[in-house]
Amino acid sequence: MTANPALAVRQTINHLEMRNIVKRFPGVLACDHVNFDVRAGEVHALLGENGAGKSTLMKVLYGLYRADEGEILIDGAEVSIGSPTAAIEQGIGMIHQHFMLVDELTVTENVALGLKSSRGPVLDLDKVEARIRELSGAYGLQINPSAPVWTLAVGERQRVEIIKALYRGAELLILDEPTAVLTPQEVEDLFATLDRMKRDGRGLIFISHKLHEVIAISDRITVLRGGALVDTVPNQNVTRATLAKMMVGREVILVQDHAVVEQGAVQLALHNVNALGITGQPALRDVSLEVHAGEILGVAGVSGNGQRELAEAIAGLRPISSGRIELGGIELGGIDVASWSVARRTDAGLGYVPEERMHDGIVQEFSVAENLILQDHTHAPISRGIFLDFGAIAQRSRDLVRDFRIRTPSIDTPTRSLSGGNIQKVIMARELSRNPRVLVAAQPTRGVDIGATEYIHERLLAQRRQGSATLLISEDLDEILALSDRIAVLYEGRVMDIIPRSEATAERLGLLMAGATAG
Amino acid sequence: MNLEIILHAGLATGTVLLFASIGELLAERSGILNLGVEGMMLIGAMTGFSMALATGNPWLGLLLAMLAAGVLSLAHGVVTISFQADQVVSGLALTFLGTGLALVLGNGLTGQNAPLIPNYDIAGLAAIPFIGPVFFEDHSPLVYLGYIFTPLVWFYIEKTRPGMHLRAVGEKPVAADTMGVSVYRLRYFYVFVGGCLAGLAGATISLSVSPGWYSAQTTSGQGWIAIGLVIFAQWNPLRAALGAYLFGALRRAILDLQGPRMILGFVNPLYINPNLGFFLQMAPYLLTILALVIGSRAAMRKRIGAPAALGEPYIRGERGL
Repeated sequence: MTANPALAVRQTINHLEMRNIVKRFPGVLACDHVNFDVRAGEVHALLGENGAGKSTLMKVLYGLYRADEGEILIDGAEVSIGSPTAAIEQGIGMIHQHFMLVDELTVTENVALGLKSSRGPVLDLDKVEARIRELSGAYGLQINPSAPVWTLAVGERQRVEIIKALYRGAELLILDEPTAVLTPQEVEDLFATLDRMKRDGRGLIFISHKLHEVIAISDRITVLRGGALVDTVPNQNVTRATLAKMMVGREVILVQDHAVVEQGAVQLALHNVNALGITGQPALRDVSLEVHAGEILGVAGVSGNGQRELAEAIAGLRPISSGRIELGGIELGGIDVASWSVARRTDAGLGYVPEERMHDGIVQEFSVAENLILQDHTHAPISRGIFLDFGAIAQRSRDLVRDFRIRTPSIDTPTRSLSGGNIQKVIMARELSRNPRVLVAAQPTRGVDIGATEYIHERLLAQRRQGSATLLISEDLDEILALSDRIAVLYEGRVMDIIPRSEATAERLGLLMAGATAG
Repeated sequence: MNLEIILHAGLATGTVLLFASIGELLAERSGILNLGVEGMMLIGAMTGFSMALATGNPWLGLLLAMLAAGVLSLAHGVVTISFQADQVVSGLALTFLGTGLALVLGNGLTGQNAPLIPNYDIAGLAAIPFIGPVFFEDHSPLVYLGYIFTPLVWFYIEKTRPGMHLRAVGEKPVAADTMGVSVYRLRYFYVFVGGCLAGLAGATISLSVSPGWYSAQTTSGQGWIAIGLVIFAQWNPLRAALGAYLFGALRRAILDLQGPRMILGFVNPLYINPNLGFFLQMAPYLLTILALVIGSRAAMRKRIGAPAALGEPYIRGERGL
């Protein structure tokens, strides 16, 4: 490896190969003799479920992990990449899923971080800024170089990350789930940028689990499953169904049957609800919406626009500063429950699948059985007086584990040791087994594998058929479009619009998510 | 009661707080809270005094004082940076360690006469009315050093590349790490620098400002005031210097208040009952407690601009890496 950074910045990477990469963690084989290569001027997608090994493989390439076996070759010569610095010197850049930006520094300072200055110890930010303007012009990456990063929107922060990598002369770019936080329009902009970089002769590795994006942007697609390579295929005649089958190892139903269901009375209504966020700023502003029996109301929006606060306000975990929350249509007569406790709302028929499933959804150290009865332990048949009926608990738990296809060694297994998808099934089983009149499901499939996602979608639609009212909060627009009857878009805590499924397109929702008013 | 004298003394004693709090500020900007300032200052004061006594050279004493406290601070570095232990607990332990060591090793130094760092006038500037006698006359060279040191530190943090790396490491170490900035090395460096400056502060007392070794009374809790000052200053070196001089002047003013029998035509209660003076002398420490309470509240810390990663160990491989 040559350690001359002045030369390294100019070198091109025509062909990068990773051969027989093995990475072991205690008890896990994260990468099992994986082969992967990328050429200049191509987008090579890396596809796989959570835990398939794609992040581990890329961290090996970026010098964050050291492979136990295998080699990395650039244009036929073996290289050793022991740190991110070494990766950058080799011309490899990485756009992390969680941005690696210092909020308090400006865009220019973030770009200059870690680099030598032309003026010795004194900063040469004016020169850096000029170069940033060049790059942003060349690649259509609009940015204000002197803005502190904390003032930027998510899409802008991603542009800073890309500029950071380009500034360092990255010839090969790893993009880790770059579209996860973007609106559809921002995704288009990103793809345009990626296209320019590709035509410039850069190699791009695109990590994603969104099948249609992978098909839209890539030249070749590599699928990993359980740490092992499934196949690398050219992007010709591949469909979402074939890719999904490669990822999961069996046929997957991607589009669920969204049959017409007759809708009933309003079961959940919010009138001009206002609430504050964690840091005391307004998080919900005059939110009004209604969900009917037999309806799924989807709530779309870019992360951090009030979704969490909305779910917590309805569940009773966050006090509202003004407005009404009404539960239960005719029987309850639209009673304002804003002052009710969580337990009282639960008893009135509210089910809640929280966004932070590890933190808010389960007690991690409790067994599967204990987590399954968390809501019912105060009632017969689970308890009598102060005593728990362990026979009844075991009976109920076994039924739910079977009905909801929860994969667990036993009902006494600590819940934290289950996979994300199975933990989510535990939560769904607990909430749905109580036949809630109203279900609030926040990000129900985030980080969940395709198989479990398919099943959770199936249950949500079954819930709809049975006539319960579901509020589905999700940042996954495909999920929203597939399941919802109507779609509300949140932007900066406001409901921008509520549109029926038939009129909703990704483009229209994307504009609303970016704060553009309808029209 | 003479304003000129109070301000003059304030600059001298304030210089002690200035070195200590800027040292702590640098460590905290890198993300490491070091509550061991008091212990490191005592080690510095003791080492400086005894080495000046042994070698006859107060400047050599000063240098060794910085080195001794710096080495002591590395213990905190090992525990909190390499072993990722709780910074508060380690810092408190460092105070006990430093204090204990200084008292044992300093046994017998009390009452000795070591060569001291002499005071100087700044020719020309001293002639300016009021300003001259307060700022540029009969001061320790260390006081003059403090005048230059503070703006230099500010420039370093805000305008230089290593300063930007310091800020990045304290705000979001993982981002700095991915950009090839060594978080561990920088944090060790600034903990060491903080230790050296605490040692300098201690030796400034024992060799210059109020010379001699009076065991734990030598520093009398000024290390804690320095930590509180960092919070009051909102991690800004210029404000820290201003606060240090103000606290210095306050200490002197409290002493002076006990002197006269009449103040502004009223009988001075402090003159009648000198015990009341003890309460006044508590004031800086009460303010310090207040600052520490404010500084330990997460929400408040965010609002007043504490480094985002202050107090959090950095472990590579966590949080998305």
